[in-house]
Amino acid sequence: MRASLFITCYNDTLFPETGRAVVRLLERLGVELEFRSAQTCCGQMHANTGFRAEAFSQAKRMVRLYADAEAVVVPSSSCVAMIRDQYPGLMEELGNEGLREQFKALAPRVYELSEFLVDKLGAEDVGAYFPHRVTYHASCHGLRGLHLGDRPFRLLKNVRGLELAPLANLDRCCGFGGTFSVKNGEVSSAMLTEKLEDVLATRAEYCTALDNSCLMHLGGAMHRQYAPMKTIHMAEILASTQEEVRG
Amino acid sequence: MSAVSDHPILDPALAPPFPVAALPVLRNVQLRKNVAHAIDVIQAKRARLVAEKTDWQELRTAAAAIKDETLANLPAYLEQFEERCTTAGGQVHWAADAAEARRIVLEILREEKADEVIKIKTMTSAEIQLNPFLEDAGIRAHETDLAEIILQLGQGEPSHIVVPALHVNRSQVREIFARAMGIKDLSDDPKALTAAARNYLRKKFLTVPTAISGANFLVAETGGVAVVESEGNGRMCLTLPRTMITLAGIEKIVPRFADLEVMLQMLARSATGERMSPYTSLWTGVTPGDGPERFHVVLLDNGRSSILANKTERQTLRCIRCAACMNTCPVYRQTGGHAYGSVYPGPIGAILTPQLQELKHAQSLPFASSLCGACYEVCPVKINIPEILIDLRAKVTDQERRTAGKFTDPMYLGLRVANLIFSRAWMFHCAQRMARIGLRVFTRRDGWIHALPSVGAKWTQTRDLRGLPKQTFHEWWEKTGNKRTRESGIEEVEAR
Repeated sequence: MRASLFITCYNDTLFPETGRAVVRLLERLGVELEFRSAQTCCGQMHANTGFRAEAFSQAKRMVRLYADAEAVVVPSSSCVAMIRDQYPGLMEELGNEGLREQFKALAPRVYELSEFLVDKLGAEDVGAYFPHRVTYHASCHGLRGLHLGDRPFRLLKNVRGLELAPLANLDRCCGFGGTFSVKNGEVSSAMLTEKLEDVLATRAEYCTALDNSCLMHLGGAMHRQYAPMKTIHMAEILASTQEEVRG
Repeated sequence: MSAVSDHPILDPALAPPFPVAALPVLRNVQLRKNVAHAIDVIQAKRARLVAEKTDWQELRTAAAAIKDETLANLPAYLEQFEERCTTAGGQVHWAADAAEARRIVLEILREEKADEVIKIKTMTSAEIQLNPFLEDAGIRAHETDLAEIILQLGQGEPSHIVVPALHVNRSQVREIFARAMGIKDLSDDPKALTAAARNYLRKKFLTVPTAISGANFLVAETGGVAVVESEGNGRMCLTLPRTMITLAGIEKIVPRFADLEVMLQMLARSATGERMSPYTSLWTGVTPGDGPERFHVVLLDNGRSSILANKTERQTLRCIRCAACMNTCPVYRQTGGHAYGSVYPGPIGAILTPQLQELKHAQSLPFASSLCGACYEVCPVKINIPEILIDLRAKVTDQERRTAGKFTDPMYLGLRVANLIFSRAWMFHCAQRMARIGLRVFTRRDGWIHALPSVGAKWTQTRDLRGLPKQTFHEWWEKTGNKRTRESGIEEVEAR
């Protein structure tokens, strides 16, 4: 199995440890990974802020860059949701026939990480070891955009040593919403406060998700409030093994 | 600031932008508690009643299809409605905008020599600001829906389209009733409050011969009108007065009587978490000796037909005003309805208001969402609200970016620069290195950023930001000898 890694712009810049974990995890599972260093951003930020033309130019770049990839793995549910939900409209409105065809061919080969593991590799037990109490935050785009369903839970349940703490109001947004978090900073913070109450009530050591943007939001508040919890992308949990912990 | 919280402005042309209007509400602990409690109750009921229908998704599809068919043939269905309603003894009036609708209603009331009118809850009348207009013309409008009475007597504004006084709790209701009705020893027991309202209303029902209603559905096939309600006040308004005036948006049409089978179920389950609404009234024209002798329908456009033109935005007109979107919305949960500066709050308000009004009056509303998608998931007529929000954002941005002040606005500037950076990998990598150096001064010894200037301050007001790592992912990839990096084709891609 060969796959191309789209790391996403903010993981590349802010959360390189997530990317390194994806590499460790997928290579352990026998995936031959490649990384196309011309990659930048999928265009989500511009699209969601109303900069349609700019979003399209980034979308076009993405489609061209990955046109010949066997599979594209993305450790970010919101970026995959951008590609699936918004690219078709952008291509329809601003793209030419060739690009539309290229996108149509590429779209089914773009996978969010948990989709790639469960659907493509058929691997629910990835041989991970993570002896901690963990709660899972189902980010909105993963839950309602990609309909990830129980994939994340199936993966987490197979992690040795991991104790899964159920999170109340699992379907409620953390209030990040990209530029919403600054354009409507006060409302976003109020949403975050309520979410964080539920998250901290789990008494987990880690809050995990398949999207670092929600985790950046939750983690930022945890750090501000000296909360006894950390955030961690699920790729990092799945990449951990017993050998590593001992080593 | 207190003016905003005590007397919210529900006129998009005058209301402050959403982030500003939200501030007093965010500080109003009691109001937020009332809102969260009320929507938790409604949501739990809805979830139970929806789970009961194994064919809920099929019903949603059917309901959306009924509305889409209506909207695709709206002029024909409206004409059919007019013809059938007229044949049944009703009189149909067409109002292009709010002013015309108000004038028509006033003329009818003048003909009736009315100085009072009783009303069944209608958001459309709030949309055209009918009550204050009638007041100025010397006609007193009496609301008969319990929540509307609370607001009218307490001089409050609606914060929800189904439960307009959702933000008021019962001890506040007690205060309002005791003061307005002059009852000294009123308790805050719901029974006592209902009894007080009933006593107040009974006199109006028996003495006021003219009524105004909205419509949940207009049936083209029969020329009939359907109204659902929970308190029986609507039934009273429909049966006692001599004259009934129904004010309805043109999108309220359904083609066939049988369509109500789908629509009424969807509405009751989505709106109040009931299998059917306690009172479903259906009437067609006039029937001698039964109900009103004179019946008028005012069909209101007020911006609706212009929404029809756009394929994406057209979905907005499927709305049956169930409010499920606001009940599930995490933003509405924090702000309640008043922050939206319109009688239509929540996610549906965020897309409807800017389209009914000139966009410039409501341009903060499409951004009043984290795009979490909960509204789309619950919508009984499958309105893809996030998609429309994004579409409207593009319209606002297209309009704003041309104005001089916005050229140097940090957000606009930032997004333009970001686009340039994302267009070339080398620029992106260069920007990453610059950001790493630039942010160093803000990064504390613990590796975290606690305060940022400009737009960033909006983030750091409540959240820290981890400082930038020393090495980006792609730098690590290149350094660790993962030499499978594919360089070919980059120049080719970027040249295009």
